[in-house]
Amino acid sequence: MQNYELMVIFTPVLSEEEYKAAQSKFTSLVTENGGEAVYENAWGLKSLAYPIQKKTTGLYWVLEYKAPTDFNEKLKTQLLRDESVLRHMFTALDKYAVEYNAKKRKGVPTGPEKAEVTNG
Amino acid sequence: MAKANEIKYLTAIKAEKRPKKYCRFKKMGIKYIDYKDADFLKKFLNEQGKLLPRRITGNSLKYQRKVSDAVKKARQMAILPYVTDLMK
Repeated sequence: MQNYELMVIFTPVLSEEEYKAAQSKFTSLVTENGGEAVYENAWGLKSLAYPIQKKTTGLYWVLEYKAPTDFNEKLKTQLLRDESVLRHMFTALDKYAVEYNAKKRKGVPTGPEKAEVTNG
Repeated sequence: MAKANEIKYLTAIKAEKRPKKYCRFKKMGIKYIDYKDADFLKKFLNEQGKLLPRRITGNSLKYQRKVSDAVKKARQMAILPYVTDLMK
């Protein structure tokens, strides 16, 4: 069971409940296939650094999860098929990354000069 | 004509001593560089959004590569721009 982090940018035209529905769709996909969603963090509407598909804003969503190694392929086909997803990225988390995310959630400052971000 | 080595200066030539650069990741014990943390990554970019070389940032090789990976991930997810002018 490896630790992964998925970041997805949805099209900004999604309404609030569609945004929620899309999130729960992917988290349920994770839990169905024997994975476990550790933490979900929806950033909401943010302006993009450069336009993607002629859109300058996007709905960001970050999901940290544990999953068996062959699961990401299934998730990728779902993401590619979904038109509301502008862009997605998987990141494999090593033990330092997992520890970093855990510390960040508890609000422990992760680095003296890094901005101390406490998110729920 | 006085040869170069015979010239005696009244006071020693004070070579401009700048503080020794150090790798901030080793010093602070930071092990993971988060690609979502844009304002921290901006410290390693110049105005055009390009990555600063190691001799400027003073990072060790291992962490400079981690920084460059994180910046490239952030650029892919439109958190940081690929190229811009006067970003800071």
